[in-house]
Amino acid sequence: MAAGLKTRKKQRLLVVSIGLTSLIGATLLVLFALGGDSLSLFLQPSEIKARGIEQGKHFRLGGLVESGSFFKEDDGLTYHFIVTDCAASQDVQFKGLLPDLFREGQGVVTEGALNANGVFVASTVLAKHDENYAPPGTLPKSEEQCVHPEAAASTYGTASYLVSG
Amino acid sequence: MAGEIGHFSLIWVLVAAAIGAVLPQIGAVKGDTRLMQLADRTAYVQFLMALAAFAALTYAFLVSDFSVSNVAANSHTLKPLLYKISGVWGNHEGSLLLWVLILTLFATLVSWRGAKLPLRFRARVLSVQSLLVFGFVSFILLTSNPFLRFDPAPFEGNGLNPLLQDPGLAFHPPMLYLGYVGLSVSFSFAIAALLEGEVTPLWARWVRPWTLLAWVFLTGGIALGSWWAYYELGWGGWWFWDPVENASFMPWLAATALLHSAIVVEKRDALKSWTVLLAIIAFSFSLLGTFLVRSGILTSVHAFAVDPERGVFILAFLAIVIGGSMALYAWRAPKMVPSGLFGIVSRESALVVNNIFLSTFAAVVLIGTLYPLFVEASGAGQITVGPPFFEYAAAVLMSPLVVALGIGPLLAWKRGKLPKAMQIVLPALVVALIAGLALVWSQSGGVVMTAFGLGLAVWLLTAVFAEIASRIKLWQSPGNAFGRLRKITRAQWGMSIAHAGLAVIILGVTVSEAFTDEQLLVMAPGDSTMVAGHTFTFDGVAPVAGPNYSAVRGFFTVAEGDDFVTTLLPEDRVYSNPVMNTTEAAIYPLFTGDLYAVIGEAAGGNRWSVRLYFKPMISALWAGALMMMIGGLLSLSDRRLRLGLPTGRKKIAVKESV
Repeated sequence: MAAGLKTRKKQRLLVVSIGLTSLIGATLLVLFALGGDSLSLFLQPSEIKARGIEQGKHFRLGGLVESGSFFKEDDGLTYHFIVTDCAASQDVQFKGLLPDLFREGQGVVTEGALNANGVFVASTVLAKHDENYAPPGTLPKSEEQCVHPEAAASTYGTASYLVSG
Repeated sequence: MAGEIGHFSLIWVLVAAAIGAVLPQIGAVKGDTRLMQLADRTAYVQFLMALAAFAALTYAFLVSDFSVSNVAANSHTLKPLLYKISGVWGNHEGSLLLWVLILTLFATLVSWRGAKLPLRFRARVLSVQSLLVFGFVSFILLTSNPFLRFDPAPFEGNGLNPLLQDPGLAFHPPMLYLGYVGLSVSFSFAIAALLEGEVTPLWARWVRPWTLLAWVFLTGGIALGSWWAYYELGWGGWWFWDPVENASFMPWLAATALLHSAIVVEKRDALKSWTVLLAIIAFSFSLLGTFLVRSGILTSVHAFAVDPERGVFILAFLAIVIGGSMALYAWRAPKMVPSGLFGIVSRESALVVNNIFLSTFAAVVLIGTLYPLFVEASGAGQITVGPPFFEYAAAVLMSPLVVALGIGPLLAWKRGKLPKAMQIVLPALVVALIAGLALVWSQSGGVVMTAFGLGLAVWLLTAVFAEIASRIKLWQSPGNAFGRLRKITRAQWGMSIAHAGLAVIILGVTVSEAFTDEQLLVMAPGDSTMVAGHTFTFDGVAPVAGPNYSAVRGFFTVAEGDDFVTTLLPEDRVYSNPVMNTTEAAIYPLFTGDLYAVIGEAAGGNRWSVRLYFKPMISALWAGALMMMIGGLLSLSDRRLRLGLPTGRKKIAVKESV
């Protein structure tokens, strides 16, 4: 403890700041090294073609579930539907239980990758909490091409119908 | 009528806050006692008026006054009483009103419990608190007034989102807000200290109970939210690293760091400016969380209704509060004279390590949460940062913290001896290694991370016991050990229990993530399937009617071998107002884990799609969180932490632990 107060204080400050920056630096490196799975693109159907996404690459797909596109396979567990942003559409396949708020004509966010046939195989279909709300990224960017049912809906008496059952 | 009373009261809150923010501050500068004493009075006025406004809104919800548009949009006559009340804060406007109510409540508590604080200091704390109230109330009045009328009044309301009609979520927002807003007290104390230009151990002694209180509520709020997600959303998950969840997790991390660094200020008079900075950061995270959640700029599955105008207002408020306090910090902090030297190996250093890791983790979560925003702003398209990133960061940053956590409490203040501490926790290390290796061996490899997690949990748990054992000299003189056990202070029990709670959480996370057994299948009545040694037999479905929903209820009989265990009754509900499906998972907690069943849709031919889980040790998550809360409350009830303590109790005045 012979060293003077000021130098010790400075020393400690140095140690702490080096510790902090190196830890943050390390984690940032990890972030970019991990790349593939950690960071996933969030795309709408028309962007898939524009960007030429390869099969097997993991990404999030957002858009509207096209009305009348929904059907269930005979096994009772595999669902097919089309996600559209009105400029383009994308076939989606999902095996599992769909979230409660899944509806035709409404926004949906799915996670997965394209298979060899160009079908998006979703591992997750995300629910949303609030019915009046469309998750960012599901509203079509080319909005003039279609009317979003939620944007058009008034606060009262939203007519929504169920797909399930 | 109630609406107008509420609106009027709210305006009074604004006026009182404006007076309370300005005049006591002037009084503090001029040394005018009367102006400073105004701070207490305006604090009480704000609280009473905010209470009146909140009561008015609650009344409107209770009597279903649909002429108030907020009630019409979020309530319904058929809703059960509990959800009529929880509907008050189940929406944007009402939740902000609750925020203000809690903010003024805390100011009143500071005024009441802090009667022994120096007047000047208390006046400054309360005036900062009033400034925050002023900001929030103007936000409410300008952009989100809950008392706006709706003409003509509809006959029936829109109803509350059925997902939110749940006991877990009814209490989740108030709890979380008590935590968020509780941090405002630490913030106000920090700003007052900066204005006064000094941070003393006494300051830390004032700040710590408030931070602890906020931390307990924050822990409870997060745990409730996570529990709700687990049983209500029906995916069997409990944490998704979603921006909204991260928004509550970041203040928690900062508050945890603050709790620990305040100890160093209190005991050793060191780390002062860092602690002040942490107090500012912790509350800034609370505000940021509110901004992220309420502005909806981030893609979140929990997203709430949004309005860009509100986002801009909160952003401006955020900029003023954070920018202003940081500027003040940059100006005043260098004046704080450091003292209290300590060696590299010491309790202080261990707490510094704790702070480095916790704040780095908070920074990483912040980066991960905001990164998509920056990428989008730079025009590179939309991306999301997924759970693998956060999980990796948690593993990298929290593992060394947990390792250090086992040793830290054993080190002496100022200059500790690592070999001595290691000697005490050596058994813990051995037990942890054995546990980890045994797992690897029994699963014949391939579970390295699980073994590591298990090892960490066992290490921490054993180290906590080793610490208590060494404190009561269990091995040296077992005869008097029990007598010494009673001498352990509540604060020390609190620490041990909270640390053990963390170990229990790690155990729950590790085991449930690694060994969950999941089955997704279609079942017809009479079918049965095996999930982790339990036979689930599907007995069919029946329709059920609830107060404001109808449901399809599935019947499952669960048996282990030939022994009947339980019946699980998951439901698929359709609420009538608004029309919406919700999944009610059926959960039966066993000691070894949860049996979890979800019923999906009809798959034709009387078959139903179902999802069945066995989630081992998942209850440890909530149990661990509960232990943390109990630890916090115990520590809070310790006499040494009570405010205004010196009078007449000489024994407790200065009592150093260990």
